[in-house]
Amino acid sequence: MEKYVTPAFMKQAKWKKNQLERKEFAFDIFNLSKVCEKFHKIRLAVILPNDIFQNVVKLLNNSMKKQISWIAFLTLTAVLKVSAGDVSGTVTLKGTPPPEKDLPLDAKCGELHKSAAKTRFYVVNDKAQLADVIVAIKGAKGGGSGASATPVVVDQVGCEYVPYVFAIQAGQKIQVHNSDPFMHNVHFMPSDSSKEANKAQMPKSSDLEFGYNKAENFAKFKCDVHPWMFAYFSVFDHPYFAVTGKDGSYKIANVPPGKYTLEFYHRKAAPAASPITKEIEVKDSATTADIVLEVK
Amino acid sequence: MSRSTHNPWLHRFAVFTAICTLLLIALGGLVTSHEAGMAVPDWPTTYGYNMFLFPVSQWVGGIFYEHTHRLWASEVGLLTLTLMCLLFGRGARWILRGLGLILIASGLFALWHKQSWIAGAFYGANGAFMFGISFGITHLETSPKWLRRLGSIAFFLVVLQGILGGLRVTQMKDEIGIFHATLAQIFLVLICAIALFTSRWWQSFANSDEALLPNCNLRRFATATTFLILFQLVLGATMRHQHAGLAIPDFPLAYGKIWPATDAASIQAINQNRFIETAKPITQFHIVVHMLHRLSAFVILGCIGFLAFKLRRTPGAQAPLARLALIWLGMICAQFILGIVTVLKNKPADIATAHVVLGAGSLMMGAMISLIANKISVERENRLRHVSPASSVQSASDSEARLAVHK
Repeated sequence: MEKYVTPAFMKQAKWKKNQLERKEFAFDIFNLSKVCEKFHKIRLAVILPNDIFQNVVKLLNNSMKKQISWIAFLTLTAVLKVSAGDVSGTVTLKGTPPPEKDLPLDAKCGELHKSAAKTRFYVVNDKAQLADVIVAIKGAKGGGSGASATPVVVDQVGCEYVPYVFAIQAGQKIQVHNSDPFMHNVHFMPSDSSKEANKAQMPKSSDLEFGYNKAENFAKFKCDVHPWMFAYFSVFDHPYFAVTGKDGSYKIANVPPGKYTLEFYHRKAAPAASPITKEIEVKDSATTADIVLEVK
Repeated sequence: MSRSTHNPWLHRFAVFTAICTLLLIALGGLVTSHEAGMAVPDWPTTYGYNMFLFPVSQWVGGIFYEHTHRLWASEVGLLTLTLMCLLFGRGARWILRGLGLILIASGLFALWHKQSWIAGAFYGANGAFMFGISFGITHLETSPKWLRRLGSIAFFLVVLQGILGGLRVTQMKDEIGIFHATLAQIFLVLICAIALFTSRWWQSFANSDEALLPNCNLRRFATATTFLILFQLVLGATMRHQHAGLAIPDFPLAYGKIWPATDAASIQAINQNRFIETAKPITQFHIVVHMLHRLSAFVILGCIGFLAFKLRRTPGAQAPLARLALIWLGMICAQFILGIVTVLKNKPADIATAHVVLGAGSLMMGAMISLIANKISVERENRLRHVSPASSVQSASDSEARLAVHK
């Protein structure tokens, strides 16, 4: 579903700015965003133009003690003209991928696995649906800052990173958790080597937090204690992206109407330098975009 | 007359230090072979511990290789410090005594507080050794100034090596790792040179018949070949530290060609078809370095083969230099095979490490041969300078007679 600011909303907002205290207005909008996030899975950052949102946040910082104005919330909700669409689909794989190899687990890590742990270059189910494909809208703008987005949690389980492939918005945090009963080092390896970091993580210790602001495809996390441990992530400067699950499905929510190019990235079948693309048109209703990737 | 450089115990200690250094290089090779260079993210501490107090139970995975490399590096550092003191003769005994006492006290402290038996053993054993040796050198003569300088340079290098190793971890720079690996080889050569200079053989060499035997016109060739090996080791270190040891996975061809394609599309295809989890994708630079490493290996093999052949054919084939050249050739052949096996067997850690160690050994052998060839040349010139033209003819005929006996 698409949600964005209409002229009517802007007119209403201007009216409210004149009628209400500026700080109250800001606080109301902030609370609106929280409610919207919780119940409607949208963020105010998505609804409001960026400059207005920044002003709202600035004003909010000066008025944290204000109470929620439900009247304002209801008024604003009433005037919101929402229009957005979800883009979803399934990625399937054509061809037979090379067999995955056993990971060279050491004894301690091996004890944590019931069966042999394998590499995860092509994660395909019996319907040839492909997981770990990153789908993103090319050149999308707006959508607010990733700093306010919920952090992505990456766990270290059985000497493997879970999830193996994920994506974040620029500025969004990544929290790395250690569920294993022994230590790991978390080696954060984006292409910008000045942002590279290597931190120790003991068992049962608090999560480590990482962030990255530059758009990039397939940056890495690596554990040098267990050199087979890798996780890959892409960074986008907008929120319109998704990663396919085990059934090959994906869903990008709240895409504004328009014509777009969808880009599909897979570490082997569609590498960062040459993604597979598909043209789509998003209207108010849901849009479906399935695609077939080939084993290269 | 120049001062004697020979002292049997000093020589033995230098040889021991050289062996320990070679072992340290082997441990370093294991670290990179297991991709464990960053397994301990902090330095000089280890996961926040004083490195000697880091619990043995935590030496898991890549930590084991990196941590033992650090501990053994500390040992080599202390050995080098002791060697430098020994080169300074009896005057340095107070330094050894003081350091020994400090280390013993540290070891006892560690054991008393049950912090770590490793810390206790390390500090205690080294302290006791330094303290004990300080009483055994009361008659040790001071080595010549140039030898003392070599000892000081060795100590400076080992400290620099330690710092570089630490910076490689904290700064996360591959370039520092490459420099660290190269300097390790140079340090080994320096320690081996000190061992050679303090040997009885080196001291008595000038007066022996052996000085007349080999064809010393090859000394520059041997030296150039040694530098070529050093260059080869830099290429090898670059591949190891850039995680590109398998940038070309086949042999004798490279991706089925004599020289592989390195355009962007080919590199992308290579990475796409590479089903190995590595820290970095293969680049054009990696492929070129890998190919240079292969080409350089052929050139080195040819050079050493030629050297061994020439020395074999010159009078005095049984002379030390000719025999050493044969050993050198054997080492390079073995090294060549190890390199091939490393590629074809998908870089097994033990084979790849043996390749590193033998590479260091080959450099060391080349350096020793070059030093000996140079020494022969100098001694020959000295002799020629001190004999009259008439007697030189006599001397030459004497030499030929000696050669005949020797043969």
